[in-house]
Amino acid sequence: MRLPIYLDYSATTPVDPRVAEKMIPYLTEFFGNAASRSHAFGWKAEAAVEEARAHVAALIGADPKEIVWTSGATEGNNLALKGAANFYKTKGRHIVTQKTEHKAVLDTVRELERQGFEATYLDVEPNGIVSLEKLKAAIRPDTILVSIMMVNNEIGVIQPVWEIGELCREKGIVFHVDAVQGAGRVEIDMAKLKADLLTITAHKIYGPKGIGALYVRRKPRVRIEAQIHGGGHERGFRSGTLATHQIVGFGEAARLARAEMATENERVRALRDRLWKSIEDMEEVYVNGDLERRIPHNLNVSFNFVEGESLIMAVKDIAVSSGSACTSASLEPSYVLRALGRNDELAHSSIRITLGRFTTEEEVDYAAQLIRRKVEKLRELSPLWEMYKDGIDLNSVQWAAH
Amino acid sequence: MAYSDKVIDHYENPRNVGAFEKGDESVGTGMVGAPACGDVMKLQIKVGADGRIEDARFKTYGCGSAIASSSLVTEWVKGKTLDEAATIKNTQIAEELSLPPVKIHCSILAEDAIKAAVADYKKKRSVEEKKVA
Repeated sequence: MRLPIYLDYSATTPVDPRVAEKMIPYLTEFFGNAASRSHAFGWKAEAAVEEARAHVAALIGADPKEIVWTSGATEGNNLALKGAANFYKTKGRHIVTQKTEHKAVLDTVRELERQGFEATYLDVEPNGIVSLEKLKAAIRPDTILVSIMMVNNEIGVIQPVWEIGELCREKGIVFHVDAVQGAGRVEIDMAKLKADLLTITAHKIYGPKGIGALYVRRKPRVRIEAQIHGGGHERGFRSGTLATHQIVGFGEAARLARAEMATENERVRALRDRLWKSIEDMEEVYVNGDLERRIPHNLNVSFNFVEGESLIMAVKDIAVSSGSACTSASLEPSYVLRALGRNDELAHSSIRITLGRFTTEEEVDYAAQLIRRKVEKLRELSPLWEMYKDGIDLNSVQWAAH
Repeated sequence: MAYSDKVIDHYENPRNVGAFEKGDESVGTGMVGAPACGDVMKLQIKVGADGRIEDARFKTYGCGSAIASSSLVTEWVKGKTLDEAATIKNTQIAEELSLPPVKIHCSILAEDAIKAAVADYKKKRSVEEKKVA
């Protein structure tokens, strides 16, 4: 077993060797510009791009003509939200989203607010899932756009995007879904999911970084304004020379994901459940987010009275991420966990463990034992643990905030 | 974030972890920080008859830098008088541990913990003296 063990598959995934192999000839041998119509180099690249487009479309049950290549999910979300808001701004100026979206959605909506749009950021329920009733109530006559993610990146819960799609379709509102964490993990069929725009990216499904796709529905047709202008590539939706090797990689990754998703999900679910079973008997351990309505890859746990960043430092043999953003410049705990109504201590005490294609049982067992040992050690160091053991209610203490 | 070797050393082998016997009159206790902010430090000093700090203990809930800062000050206060201990500055702690700017608050907290422990001890003493008088 090689250390450190990678357990951060929601951050990114390694490129599957089968994908890398498929990409290489498109860097050296078939390097043509897919937009070159006058020679075989261009034709070869174009054929590869279209084959990949068909694979990506098949992964989500779409028509290849509905796939627009982007540089990744951040661009996809920007194109979807800014593109739709600007196209439909004469119809209305109100956008609905939720507080636990990825920053690529939240910051884009904030920017649209600066441009004069109005936005509602819905709270989620304590299990992390958005309430359909509350969403329905937030819709106004001038609502033009709803954006709700399929799977949350921190806690892995699956949002009711299918039901929201029905609702938006009925009301004639454009519906965007950030499906970055859902693709390849949740079955997506655009014939059943009534979203108009859907963002996906390659590097979360064992493809390369730097390539993503935005699904843009043709029936009924949704319109968006391009955000990047130039040679009119991608039917004018997104100009720029296509990165053939990246696209080929994305296509192969999508093909493999579609073929292997069912068996992989079962294997990963068994590993995740094994991991949870080997730590759930510890004192003061809490799963963040609904454990049932969640992708099998994710386990987000709070170990009360242990601070998340120090725990991550203690378990450095496993690569996991902290719900607490202490590692970045901000010292705020995770806004996603706060949105669940978790108190500060629990929000500060969380770690996100995400499993994937190459995770083994041996690695999961090692991780569980390491976590148990280190949590125990850090609790020995924790004055909060000592107070808890002495029966002191931490909420009754006058803390000096700093 | 990459930690300095000294932070890692204190974090992996924290010095003077624990607590003194409850009710020990020669002990001053300082508890600073808040769970909401992600760090709480408890520092205890045990003062000898000569007025010097003869021993110290800590417990810290917080990131690696917070744990290292408190571990370090338990070493530094030993052998010092109360007034000498109270002159330890956060900048000295930050420099010794090569803390990056986002972790400076950990050293400030450690300085506050010393001052709080000293103040607690002095307060206990003055109550004692009043009792005697």
